[in-house]
Amino acid sequence: MIDIREKLDAIGPYVPAPDDDMLVCRCEEVTKGEIRQAVHAGMLTIEEIRRFLRCGMGLCQGQTCGKLVKGIVARELHVSPLDIEPATSRAPMRPTEMRILARDGGEAHE
Amino acid sequence: MSKHTAEVIIIGGGVNGCAAAYYLAKAGMKDVIVLEGSPSIGHGGSSRNGGGVRQSGRDVRELPYAMYAVQNMWPTLSEELGVDVEYYQKGNLRLGKTDAHMEKLRNLAANANSLGLDMKIIDGKEVKEICPYLSDEIIGASWCPTDGHANPMLTTLAYYKRATELGVNFFTDAKVAALEKVKGKLRKVILESGEVFEADKVILAAGYESRFIARTVGIDVPMTKYFEEALVTEVQPHMFDIMLGVASADFYGHQSQHGSFVFGSDSGLEETTDMGLDELKTSPLTVSAGCRAIMGYIPMMADAKIVRTWGGWLDLCYDGVPVISEVDEVPGLILACGFTGHGFGTAPAVGLMLSQMALGEKTVVDISSLRYDRFKAVR
Repeated sequence: MIDIREKLDAIGPYVPAPDDDMLVCRCEEVTKGEIRQAVHAGMLTIEEIRRFLRCGMGLCQGQTCGKLVKGIVARELHVSPLDIEPATSRAPMRPTEMRILARDGGEAHE
Repeated sequence: MSKHTAEVIIIGGGVNGCAAAYYLAKAGMKDVIVLEGSPSIGHGGSSRNGGGVRQSGRDVRELPYAMYAVQNMWPTLSEELGVDVEYYQKGNLRLGKTDAHMEKLRNLAANANSLGLDMKIIDGKEVKEICPYLSDEIIGASWCPTDGHANPMLTTLAYYKRATELGVNFFTDAKVAALEKVKGKLRKVILESGEVFEADKVILAAGYESRFIARTVGIDVPMTKYFEEALVTEVQPHMFDIMLGVASADFYGHQSQHGSFVFGSDSGLEETTDMGLDELKTSPLTVSAGCRAIMGYIPMMADAKIVRTWGGWLDLCYDGVPVISEVDEVPGLILACGFTGHGFGTAPAVGLMLSQMALGEKTVVDISSLRYDRFKAVR
């Protein structure tokens, strides 16, 4: 069980950092500062951060920034990156055109 | 040790639970605890739906509060919560290709009109005027100009964030095993880990899992579960802000604020899904069926790349509308489950009404037709 209030109190308030403007997720243009602030707003899991900021949800699906985001979140929560549950990967493995995915032999729609 | 007693406990950190927490705090009731079973807020249907904020096609028992939310809550929600929830009120087109489709749409529109909702039938030419990107095979549509869409993940997390700021205490990874009465009134909420929470009022908004929890105090809500899947494309040039549906119910969706298209679809084999509630595996059959359906109505989507598919469990109530109700046999319990896949658009109104029920106030809209004891044998 995670007590969100206890956790937020323990990590203290968000303190701006000089490199907060650094782009971390290039596909969705999410900065380090936005990720750090989201943690202090209560987004404590990668799942929540992704939904809140869209980092790792663009064309590369986090293949570029996934590790960086994890590292930033871990530092903010004062835990090891190994303790952070990774993001769920989803099909398709590569971005795939609808016209290709549509050819699985199923019935044509009316 | 953290505080385990509150005036109100909400079981379920989905959009309805988070909204209820926010409206309680807004009304001055800050002694509230929310217990979410999974590690993340908004893990269930709240993050696994197409984001429709729809009045059209709603049951007569739901429409009054769906309209209340659209008229009084959605337009100002981003401002109120301090997070852009990406609400667009640009209308809902439900498309038809055959006479049978149009007959179905005419019935929907007639029903909506009789309930006071502005919804009309338009021909293929008018459809193209509203959205020029659609297939020439479309012969008409129903059009509800006051419908729209919003981002369900942001909405859920915005309620969570604001409620937290106002003093509500959230716990994640806090799976509820049982409820327990003390002296005839609901009092204890017992977690699987053995920890015990106590409150005067308990709002149960835990999706299909509500069923297992309610059963521990002798209440059953007739529901089935359904695995709903969605897909999202890479960013596309801006095309339209309307919500799209089809009379054949093959898919629905919209273009989101950042440019991706989000569509929900099915394969027709969902009834046979054999997967535990903790599993969230998508089916390759569904995404392919979805692509075919979408291309049939929006041909230019054929070259759009799918970047992601995902899915989640919905709680389908036996009669298609939720149970939002106090329980005579269990004083202190407020049920909010069985939203049947259309609970997102009404969540602001439902959250408000749940807060009112917990505070012993009259709900803003009469929802006595959503009581838990409305189910009777059908044979």
